[in-house]
Amino acid sequence: MGLNRKDILGLEEMSADEIRLILDTAASLKEIISRPIKKVPTLRGKTVITLFYEPSTRTRVSFELAGKYMSADTVNIATATSSVKKGETLLDTAKTIEVMGADMVIMRHPIGGAPHFMAQHLRASVVNAGDGMHEHPTQGLLDMFTIQEKKGRFEGLKICVVGDIFHSRVARSNIWGLTKLGAEVRVAGPATLIPPEIERMGARAYTDLAEALRGADVVNVLRLQLERQSKGLFPSVREYTRYWGVNRERLALAKPDALLMHPGPMNRGVEITSEIADGDQSCINEQVTNGVAVRMAILYLLLGGGEVA
Amino acid sequence: MKILIKGGRVIDPESGVNAVLDLLVDEGKVARLGSGLSEDGAQPYDATGCLVLPGLVDLHAHLREPGEEYKEDIASGTAAAAAGGFTSLAVMPNTRPVVDNSSLVRSVLERVAQNGLVNVFPIGAISKGQKGEELTEMGDMKEAGIVAVSDDGKPVQSSELMRLALIYANQFGLPVFSHCEDLSLVNEGVMNYGYTSNRLGLRGIPAAAEEVQVARDLILAEATGAHLHLCHISTAGSVELVRRAKERAMAGGFRVTCEVTPHHLTLTDEAVANSQYDTDTKVNPPLRTEADLVALREALADGTIDAIATDHAPHHQDDKLVEYNYAAFGISGLETALAVIHDRLVRNGILDWLTLVQRMSLTPARIIGIDRGRLSQGAVADITIFDPALRWTVDSRQFRSKGRNTPFEGQELVGRVRTTFVSGRLVYSAG
Repeated sequence: MGLNRKDILGLEEMSADEIRLILDTAASLKEIISRPIKKVPTLRGKTVITLFYEPSTRTRVSFELAGKYMSADTVNIATATSSVKKGETLLDTAKTIEVMGADMVIMRHPIGGAPHFMAQHLRASVVNAGDGMHEHPTQGLLDMFTIQEKKGRFEGLKICVVGDIFHSRVARSNIWGLTKLGAEVRVAGPATLIPPEIERMGARAYTDLAEALRGADVVNVLRLQLERQSKGLFPSVREYTRYWGVNRERLALAKPDALLMHPGPMNRGVEITSEIADGDQSCINEQVTNGVAVRMAILYLLLGGGEVA
Repeated sequence: MKILIKGGRVIDPESGVNAVLDLLVDEGKVARLGSGLSEDGAQPYDATGCLVLPGLVDLHAHLREPGEEYKEDIASGTAAAAAGGFTSLAVMPNTRPVVDNSSLVRSVLERVAQNGLVNVFPIGAISKGQKGEELTEMGDMKEAGIVAVSDDGKPVQSSELMRLALIYANQFGLPVFSHCEDLSLVNEGVMNYGYTSNRLGLRGIPAAAEEVQVARDLILAEATGAHLHLCHISTAGSVELVRRAKERAMAGGFRVTCEVTPHHLTLTDEAVANSQYDTDTKVNPPLRTEADLVALREALADGTIDAIATDHAPHHQDDKLVEYNYAAFGISGLETALAVIHDRLVRNGILDWLTLVQRMSLTPARIIGIDRGRLSQGAVADITIFDPALRWTVDSRQFRSKGRNTPFEGQELVGRVRTTFVSGRLVYSAG
């Protein structure tokens, strides 16, 4: 069974069964990463382009490795971030990629909906690697994969996402994906960084972090974009850390076996203390490994590979 | 030349006529109205089954000439107007250069005389260059032919400048057309602020961005005794503010009028999601919520909203076939307006024909003080003939406008303009 879709643009439009299929496929592919020779021929002859309009290390490398482990040819296009308007239009880029014959485009872009635009103009598959404040579906999936591996289920779990929810594509993908599989999602942060009508997405919003953390099974801490302060969304990093920074005392409000997650890169000492980021409950490094497995699953399912050797 | 329009239902809100009548046009005027008219030498026009309306008056169109003729020009824009049943357009001054002095007003009118198919009434800028700093020479522009002043597209941020504009324009009998937007609240938004913008991860423009300035301008109108016309109001909150101000306007010696667009009456921000970020849904003010749409419809029916205006904002596809944030705001509306209003508001009983014609013809004409919008004997023969049964599908490739940017693309509508006359001269005929 494969995924009956051309593109993966967000978890909002995916069904619970599709998400389960990706997680199960990732589970069976993860073993390849730990082999001495990390190469299966599954996607031989397939071409994957990563097209990044925003800087990224882990997501891009993760996709690239996922492709290489499965023998796809991967090509990276890194585009300057700020001069998009001066350069080639997205439509022309799409047409160029189309005629070059790529099978898949993995795309990151600072504007919500840019991958949808690309998908509408390309026969190739488009995978959203983060679009503005909209979604980051593969991050959502790797977070879910990590939770499933550690907890064995989603039903009834209390998952607390902490930070700048308003601007976070990771938060949105987490909310859609986790609630579809039966988890309870709480979001916590300063009121100026909680988006409107978040309850309609299925999450509960808290400004009191302690209340949100109490009894949580998973604490997912988001990166704080420090430039939000200059826009007046919070008065100082100091006050942010005082109320919404996650530290040992606060983590202790969650269940004793709660998982601590962070999509990276971390601002140590701001949204998360080093003590817990490097502590027993942290699965931040495993998230990175799982990211490769989840992306292998997506490549495999979208590019219709044969048997995995 | 004489034309005898026979067998159509004539709708004239000024006289209250809503009846099947024949109408004789002679020397560009309505010569006679009656049953069973005949006239030697008149060219007959069979309007059986159609509505015969005073030509529509649009208070808010962008024709882009001078300066952005690749988006639209006076020839294409007025041809689009004729095809949509509009015989008079008040056109916004945010061209390149901005129409902010009398010689530019005259230049626009000269171009209209050469290339225009319908009547065009220029609106002058409120501030020089629409920069929001110094008032324009409104008296001089009025003599040249403007019917109102507006900094549409560049909302006046200084309350003091707005106060002065209202006082200054009022002495020349000019209404101030205000595009209400507090830019600090707009904050780089591209669609309505709310659940849908949150879902789509796009920056939102809150209802408050409009309402804060609507409230400010209403207070200033009351304080100055001027005529304030609010452009394209889009929220339930704005409706409420206007309603309350109108209750005081008569006694308070000021005048408030306002307009709404066909798209704000028929579409919500859900269209952005349903179309997968189609930039033809990107418009300013943004498409709002169902609650706003319902409030706008009620206000249109009860007269709180005086007029329907298109905010016809044609763009080239290069301005639209880009990422949502980079796309230009605006909808090409002249060729769909009447059909959309008929299909979505008249057919389901929200608006009756007399009210529709009042909102799209008579009242707009009165707001800008032109002798149009009526069909009694002696009136200028600007006439729109509308076939209420004709079913058609919006296909922007067939537009006369250069702007193909419509969120109604591919939608089936019932009712279409068949023929348009300006001063008794045929300017549009379908098919």
